[in-house]
Amino acid sequence: MKLKRGIALIDQHDQHGFWGGKFGGSFIPETLKKPVEDLTNKFKKLRNDKKFLKKRDFYFKNYIGTPTSFVKLDNLTNHLEGAQIWTKVVSEANGGAHKIYNATVHALICKEMGKKYIVGDTGAGYAGKMLSMAAKKFGLKCKIFMGAKDIKRQKPNCDAMRKNGAEIVPVHSGSQTLVDAVSECMRYWVSNCENTHMCVGSTVGPNIFVKICGWSTAQISRELKVQLKSEFKKIPKKIKLINCVGGGSSAYGFWSEFIDYDKKQIELIGVEAGGPKKSKLHAAPLSRNAKIGVLHGAASYLCQNSEGQINDTESISAGLDYPGVSPIHCFLKDTKRARYTYATDEDALNAYVMVTKYENLNPSLEPSHAFAEAIRIAPKLSKDTVIIVNSCGDAKKDRDILKERLGKR
Amino acid sequence: MVSLLNKAFQDAKNEKRPALLTYIVAGDNTKMKSLEILKSISNYADICELGFPHNTPIADGGQIQTSAYRAIKNGIKINDVFSIVKEFKKSKKTKPIILMGYYNMIFQYNENKFLDKCKKIKVDGLIVVDLPYPENKKFAARCKKKRINFIQLVSPTTSSLRLKKIIKDSHDMIYYISMLSTTGGKLKVSPKKILEKYSKIKNHNKSKNVVIGFGITEKSIKSLKKADGLVVGSAICKEISNSIKKRQNPVTNVTNIVKRLKNKIK
Repeated sequence: MKLKRGIALIDQHDQHGFWGGKFGGSFIPETLKKPVEDLTNKFKKLRNDKKFLKKRDFYFKNYIGTPTSFVKLDNLTNHLEGAQIWTKVVSEANGGAHKIYNATVHALICKEMGKKYIVGDTGAGYAGKMLSMAAKKFGLKCKIFMGAKDIKRQKPNCDAMRKNGAEIVPVHSGSQTLVDAVSECMRYWVSNCENTHMCVGSTVGPNIFVKICGWSTAQISRELKVQLKSEFKKIPKKIKLINCVGGGSSAYGFWSEFIDYDKKQIELIGVEAGGPKKSKLHAAPLSRNAKIGVLHGAASYLCQNSEGQINDTESISAGLDYPGVSPIHCFLKDTKRARYTYATDEDALNAYVMVTKYENLNPSLEPSHAFAEAIRIAPKLSKDTVIIVNSCGDAKKDRDILKERLGKR
Repeated sequence: MVSLLNKAFQDAKNEKRPALLTYIVAGDNTKMKSLEILKSISNYADICELGFPHNTPIADGGQIQTSAYRAIKNGIKINDVFSIVKEFKKSKKTKPIILMGYYNMIFQYNENKFLDKCKKIKVDGLIVVDLPYPENKKFAARCKKKRINFIQLVSPTTSSLRLKKIIKDSHDMIYYISMLSTTGGKLKVSPKKILEKYSKIKNHNKSKNVVIGFGITEKSIKSLKKADGLVVGSAICKEISNSIKKRQNPVTNVTNIVKRLKNKIK
């Protein structure tokens, strides 16, 4: 298994849609073959269509608000007395998280395909909130599928979705979290694919959805590359790009421009959700060595039992609370280009406390997992090492959980 | 040698009626109960489909989801599913049985081991919901080698070109999904429209047995009588749920439904 240079990772799959010969693919019911094929053909055309690209860039700039800033966290760096800690504040994007890139691109594609309805899944509620925003912006009717448990724990985002005119469909089956929301969304698409477009909220699902999402979030690393050069004059010698990984859309977006670099120069570190310290449950299929399996149309490392039933997951962060992971991250793991680890709920909370104490930054629980790893390794590293954390979401949505776990602040 | 599936279709044809195919989930609501139900309904059904339940069934509607979750909760394992088939075949040697489920279960069991087991206990056919053509080519060929029917699915969205290729690659039976829906949806297409598409498939190759499934109930079954076979699943699973709720014996209630279904197509 080998990575190719000079080709975007999203395009390094074989004719059946597999990365590294075994991750990804399109395990879908026959009914979805046609809509998936239509979408695949359309996307192939659009990504090479100058007019469409111009439109994308226009909305990225004027609607999403790119570029998001790249700043040094001086106080945190001084406190930890090791590597320099920087962050790309992706949460500055319209809506407060990276999910807006994928949502905007899907809404544009939906329009191009002449469909009036768009549906999507959501865990933390960001994918849903952003899709509802984009739908409103582009005049599409929008339905969001969300686990009943997540609806309860991410209320601020639900309020936002409703305000944008989207209908939230609560999913009561199974564990009532993201995994069930994705299933229900796919079922809805099976029944309504003729006039409805489906947006998968991360770099997961059948091959084409991994590609579209990765293509959208890649904007993050394109910006970062420019920012690095203007800040350091050239790309520094020792960089560590740290990103949380649930489905893996922000991590891929953060890394895509840097995958071709030698890992001694730019190390890619993915941080999964380790769950509560005392619990056996987690959402970390990569770093806890789960076996490969098939979920939601793709083969990936997967939290499952020996029979192939999908395991319950547990994490304080709804956005990372998913048993599978993107096939492209499995590929990056097996080719050893990226290193994957996990942070527990407690680690993430401690990191949140420390970051907010020293810096004027309010990372949500998802990137707090990434900050936990940064805080762990920074003291051991030299001062010329540049750690960059993708602060991909804002903690406004976590208000209730933070209050419950940390008390009044 | 004629397969048991082909023979079942032929027998029904001789009686000038479509074959009746029933679907239940193995282990719903217990291992023993589902074996009892299977044995009892097979007195009226021509072909029995048995689902091996998965906890993330992306193509199933509420009724079958409920059955699957109930079976898993009561501890059903893939080896139990095999032992149900084995027990069933002891007394019903000539009744064809089709296993149906999602690919991950087969993948985790190991494809070859799974097929060896199926052959050993005399499974007649396999339906794998999320392994479409052409990704299923290798697996289908392995099935054929072991004389297990791999059943291809065709849906209203299947293009003509694709249809041609799928039929060419199919074995004795093809499953036509009546409408854009998960299992158990309300029949939202007129029987006339469904039969039009059915004829189109049938005309490609008359020797293939084409069955229609999804959304078929006691109410609608008669209108689709022209087909080679008709599948009823959700209506049966729903009856199991109702019987449990009313504390009645699901074996009797489900058998009565299947009996009535059979009478409607005679």
